[in-house]
Amino acid sequence: MFDIDKWQEILSTIKKNKMRTFLTGFSVAWGIFMLMILLGSGNGLSNGVSENFTRDAINGMWLWSGKTSIPYQGMKEGREIKLTNDDYDIIKDIPGIDKTSGRYFIRGNMFSYGSEYGSYTAITCHPDLQEVESIDIVEGRFVNEIDIREARKSVVLGKDIYDALFKGKNAIGEYVRVNNIPFKVVGICKEGGGTRHRNAYIPVTTGQRVFNGSNRLHNFAVTVDAKTIEESQAIETAVREQVAQKHKFDATDESALGSYNKLEDVMQTMKIFQAIEIFIWIIGTGTLIAGVVGVSNIMLIVVKERTKEIGIRKAIGASPASVIGLILLESILITTVAGYIGLVLGTGLMEGINFFVEQQYAASAATNGGNGETIFRNPTVDLNVAVMATVLLVIAGTIAGYIPAKRAASIKPIEALRDE
Amino acid sequence: MISLSNVHKSYAMGSSKLHVLKGIDLHIAHGEFVSIMGSSGSGKSTLLNILGILDNYDEGTYHLNGKLIKNMSEKQAAQLRNEMLGFVFQSFNLISFKNAMENVALPLYYQGVNRKKRNKIALEYLDKMGLLPWANHLPSEMSGGQKQRVAIARSLISKPKIIFADEPTGALDSATSFEVMDILQDINKEGITLIIVTHEHDIAAMTQKIIRLHDGKIAEILENGELKDWKHQYKRELEIA
Repeated sequence: MFDIDKWQEILSTIKKNKMRTFLTGFSVAWGIFMLMILLGSGNGLSNGVSENFTRDAINGMWLWSGKTSIPYQGMKEGREIKLTNDDYDIIKDIPGIDKTSGRYFIRGNMFSYGSEYGSYTAITCHPDLQEVESIDIVEGRFVNEIDIREARKSVVLGKDIYDALFKGKNAIGEYVRVNNIPFKVVGICKEGGGTRHRNAYIPVTTGQRVFNGSNRLHNFAVTVDAKTIEESQAIETAVREQVAQKHKFDATDESALGSYNKLEDVMQTMKIFQAIEIFIWIIGTGTLIAGVVGVSNIMLIVVKERTKEIGIRKAIGASPASVIGLILLESILITTVAGYIGLVLGTGLMEGINFFVEQQYAASAATNGGNGETIFRNPTVDLNVAVMATVLLVIAGTIAGYIPAKRAASIKPIEALRDE
Repeated sequence: MISLSNVHKSYAMGSSKLHVLKGIDLHIAHGEFVSIMGSSGSGKSTLLNILGILDNYDEGTYHLNGKLIKNMSEKQAAQLRNEMLGFVFQSFNLISFKNAMENVALPLYYQGVNRKKRNKIALEYLDKMGLLPWANHLPSEMSGGQKQRVAIARSLISKPKIIFADEPTGALDSATSFEVMDILQDINKEGITLIIVTHEHDIAAMTQKIIRLHDGKIAEILENGELKDWKHQYKRELEIA
């Protein structure tokens, strides 16, 4: 196998048949290159989106009340369901519910500090909301249990509100007016996975008391302790049933109690990505098959073209094995080198794109405190896959060369010589 | 050296069979210079191919150097060709992408001679043919006579016992033809058996023995001394016709 003279003979043949070498090599290099780009792009898209998802609590669930749309136990539809602090206590203790936060909608949203003012949203909540909505504290703290118990007039400002009202000055301990009622700033926060931070958070009990809400709550944000979509749905159903029982409405009435289960959404999106991945693999396989056909085709032509040469070699004493060896080693050498070139170019391009994307990401993250915006990340291919694909093409080229080479080598030299 | 007995060969031509050789008995001794003549279709090239183990035969026996040549594997045949036989073809059959030196050196590659050594030997043989300045030229850059001389050098380099030449002058003009024949005569003087196929009687007249084939059979064998007579007879035949 390793015979310097044989390789010299092969190399000199390759050197003197540049076009043939180029065509064979190109079809292999191109196939691998396209495959790398395709798989890399698919991976990049998949990585980017799943990263965006994991930034939020993917097991979040939201519930909100409305009017019934189904008659229940003799009661007409259109009845308004009013959730209260009692419901909070119920939901909190349902097995599988991890974090719970209730919200009471307050009217008006005028924030002012000194001569600065602006219109923002004040969200009343329990401390657990921080986990449910992945709120990051920039400074100070979030709403805590003492705030809830004592209904303290504390407020956690979104970064944008802080920037607008305080313009970089110290805010912690200062008082801002929300609908003309002074609240003490206890923290500054950012919303996970978002680019705008225009919400302020105040304790739900304070909201109810200050803004005449008595014990009313409008919606709940909870996290669900579930591993699978089925588990998550079961917990959702349990919550709906408990609340429905208390308020006497049909548990399936989406209008009386609306609910949104994020895990379900995530799972669905993941399914779409699985589908995209399968699609990419199908196209990738197609590309590979096209490459295999291309290589095989060229090898067939190459052997056909060399029939006379084979005849001459045999007439002057070449054994069939040496003729086949010559053609196959040449084919393997060309396809391997070309495959490697395609691999390097494809990987190089994807790494270049990766570098560019990471810079974009870093730039957007810098303006947004670590939460970069991108749907395309780390667009690289598993090296094993790439190497396997190259090996496959090399093998295909070898087989495609072997069959006609064997035939050409076993026919009588005189017939090969007659071939023009 | 060469001994044929009742050799038959036919080719399948679609559904019908073309019986080319119909029982050839032939003996060629070591060091002879033989030409095979005959009209086209008489089977002369087929006979040469069988003698050169480039083709097989259907019936009869062929002994080369006392060894029966029948149903040989391609590998054995290739080895035998490489060690004992040299070939010169009408269409030269040089490898187009190799230069003169590499073409000449190729048989030595299959004998396992290393590159440096075989190229050196190839240059010696090219020098003998007066082609040293053309050593690095491709076949496409050479004239027919030069190509045939390269081919002869290639057939000689493996020091064969027998050289087979199929219409070696067929693609050459008469002046070049005689040059090539001179070279072949010199080779024969060195003791190598030469068998050529030709349809030109003046070429055949330069050999020691003429085998005339007619319709797949040997019509007559003329020895050197009879050549002159034969030439007259041949001319008479032409005049009558």
